[in-house]
Amino acid sequence: MARGGEGPAPVRIVVAYGFWIFLLSDIIMFSALFATYAVLSGQTDGGPSAHKLFELRHVGIETLCLLFSSYTCGLGILAVGRGHMRGFYLCFALTFVLGAAFLGLELSEFVGMVAHGAGPSRSAFLSAFFSLVGLHGAHVTAGLTWLTFMVAQTAVRGPRDFVRRRLLCFSLFWHALDIIWVALLTLVYLMGAR
Amino acid sequence: MLGKLSWAAIPFNEPIPMAASLMIIVGVLGVLGLISWKGWWPYLWREWLTSVDHKRIGVMYLLLALVLLLRGFIDAIMMRSQLAIAAGGAQGYLPPEHYDQIFSAHGTIMIFFMAMPFMVGLMNFVVPLQLGVRDVAFPVLNSISFWLTATGALLVNVSLVVGEFARTGWLAYPPLSELQFSPGVGVDYYLWALQISGIGTLLAGINMVTTILKLRAPGMTYMRMPVFCWTALCSSMLIVAAFPVLTATFGMLLLDRYVGMHFFTNDGGGNFMMYINLIWIWGHPEVYILVLPAFGVFSEVIATFSGKQLFGYRSMVLATLAICVLSFMVWLHHFFTMGAGADVNAVFGIMSMIIAIPTGVKLFNWLFTLYRGRIRFEVPVLWAIGFMVTFAIGGMTGVLQAVPPADFVLHNSLFLVAHFHNVIIGAVVFGAMAGYYYWFPKAFGFTLDRRLGMVSFWCWLIGFYLAFMPLYVLGLLGMTRRMQHYADVSWQPYLIVAEVGAIVILCGIVATIAQLIVSIRTRERRRDRSGDPWNGRTLEWSTTSPPPAYNFAVMPQVQSLDAFWVIKQRGPVAPPARYDSIEVPKNSPNGFVTAFFAVITGFALIWHIWWMAILGLACAALTLFAFGWMERPETRISGEQLATAERARLQSMDPAP
Repeated sequence: MARGGEGPAPVRIVVAYGFWIFLLSDIIMFSALFATYAVLSGQTDGGPSAHKLFELRHVGIETLCLLFSSYTCGLGILAVGRGHMRGFYLCFALTFVLGAAFLGLELSEFVGMVAHGAGPSRSAFLSAFFSLVGLHGAHVTAGLTWLTFMVAQTAVRGPRDFVRRRLLCFSLFWHALDIIWVALLTLVYLMGAR
Repeated sequence: MLGKLSWAAIPFNEPIPMAASLMIIVGVLGVLGLISWKGWWPYLWREWLTSVDHKRIGVMYLLLALVLLLRGFIDAIMMRSQLAIAAGGAQGYLPPEHYDQIFSAHGTIMIFFMAMPFMVGLMNFVVPLQLGVRDVAFPVLNSISFWLTATGALLVNVSLVVGEFARTGWLAYPPLSELQFSPGVGVDYYLWALQISGIGTLLAGINMVTTILKLRAPGMTYMRMPVFCWTALCSSMLIVAAFPVLTATFGMLLLDRYVGMHFFTNDGGGNFMMYINLIWIWGHPEVYILVLPAFGVFSEVIATFSGKQLFGYRSMVLATLAICVLSFMVWLHHFFTMGAGADVNAVFGIMSMIIAIPTGVKLFNWLFTLYRGRIRFEVPVLWAIGFMVTFAIGGMTGVLQAVPPADFVLHNSLFLVAHFHNVIIGAVVFGAMAGYYYWFPKAFGFTLDRRLGMVSFWCWLIGFYLAFMPLYVLGLLGMTRRMQHYADVSWQPYLIVAEVGAIVILCGIVATIAQLIVSIRTRERRRDRSGDPWNGRTLEWSTTSPPPAYNFAVMPQVQSLDAFWVIKQRGPVAPPARYDSIEVPKNSPNGFVTAFFAVITGFALIWHIWWMAILGLACAALTLFAFGWMERPETRISGEQLATAERARLQSMDPAP
């Protein structure tokens, strides 16, 4: 049969496809903030600049936490696929701990900056910085909430088809946050700390 | 406790807003009272408010659009009346602060709450039927999308009664929209209403893209999809790509206003031109989000009523895709006067002119479809022909303004206002009206009154020319937009003609309302028992009018473009001997309940009632979690039940005329 004439796709494909498109739209939202950050990153209004504020060691640990949490998330999904439920719970618990550690480190960075008079209303640069990084942090927070919900749902309802579909979407979401973080690390922290 | 909200928010001492508020309150209470008195609530709740059927949701979108068309039009005719009298020393009857709210509300409502719901509603209703499938990809999400759009519309209208609306124009440019210059709640109403409805639109776009790309009847390859589905696909892809930018931009302005950030402020290193750039990166694709589905409607209408396959189907698809891509490369032509330099302006000017090429391809395709066709001059065809003439004029004034030096002269003048009304009314509104008349019998099972449809068309067409051609002249004479009064009395005659035009359009709107009432009262005479009142070509006409909840008992097998036309040529098809069981989604109050809490959250945020905002948001999140805990509920219709229902349905059907 010619291209695209196979009839409606199965639910699993439709759900994952729709979620991919949502992720793309999310990445576009981030790109608007990235563009704004690029334009405003030099506008410090006499306040502290990126060079003075960023600590790469701190950010490096953050990055490791988030990237490893993605790895454990992936292992968890593989465990569900094989029916190893104990492995799944262990991996998702680790994912949660690593994600929460990332968030804690990010918050401590924010609190430290605000304490040094470098809060989001200090300058356009800091507004853009806090909004871009904070939006990613908000996504991680939402992800942790979703993760908790999914673990509870898996525990109560068992790994049924609809639960598996949602777990797949969650892992897509969690990996997408990694991709955004890598861009953020490069454009904001590494280029800013030079 | 109540944030900024106090009795001072109700405009007791201003007669015009007060009268409008009273009218709205009486109207709303009247409708609610009538529903309660007649005992319609259970029916309404069961069949409409909690419905996840794409057809019902589409109809509700259209209803929302028609109601908001009235609101937006009242704003329009108030402005025209003001300008018809406020010449020389006269101040008219609208004080400046009120006039500014009216033009801001007019633009906001007409684009976000009239044109958008109209197009999204048409797509919702038509696309699954044309694809030969039973629903959209995510039916519950579809209901949530609609109710979030309705939430935004509600908040904009609440601003009329409680508080004020923005005085900043329909795109709320900073620095004027910053807290320093707009300390009231008007801009906050604007921002929260559009943030909430914007999420609804984004979700609707994701849903539609997934539906079209992943759910099509067997045999419907990409090149066998009806053109309306192609335009819906491109429009929805633009929604997915553009609306997140709008959300981010408004989010930044909200952060400026609520927590004192410096994205677009004059001080602190902010850059307000960043806002203008970002908003038009959304805003230019937005015009194509609106106009592409309208192009799709005209393609269907012209092919059907010419009795021919659409001329140049492939080039039509390519042109649509080309417009889809190019629409992201022209945003800067909205502000050539920013001073980006001759080279940048030249690039964007040329890109803008290039869009005229695919659009021209489309126009010629429609003309060649009409050429030597057996044209039936039904109402939708008149709208289509009126569109071709009007849109050609609007397109030419657009190309004119794509020349940067000319744009420096015409920027912010009434010439621009005339141009975008020329294309938006001439294409989007005409397309919406054509689609409304064309698919109405499919939705309700009876046709609309033809004579009143003709009256409506001629009033709109003549009214449009009377109302907007003078504005081109005034623009060239130097009149700028958004003026509450003017000194030059030589402008007045043109503005009086424009006022007359607005009154003629009013007659067109009245005719549309009368048409609906008359058609409902005489519906028994105008029943469409064939399911195919126009001798249509696409699959939506192959089922009954109105279609059953499951659309198609047996999924159609598509063998060519204009699938239903080809099936008809082969003669009547016998009903199948047995039916397979099918699953249809159950109703869900998820959308309605979530939107209810969204209204509370939005209102609380506008008025800085923090406890209520947190409560509303928490309740909305809990609603989503609670519904997310359950598996998506579905009802199973067994093969025997389906066979019984189908027999009854086919018996009520007459063979096609």
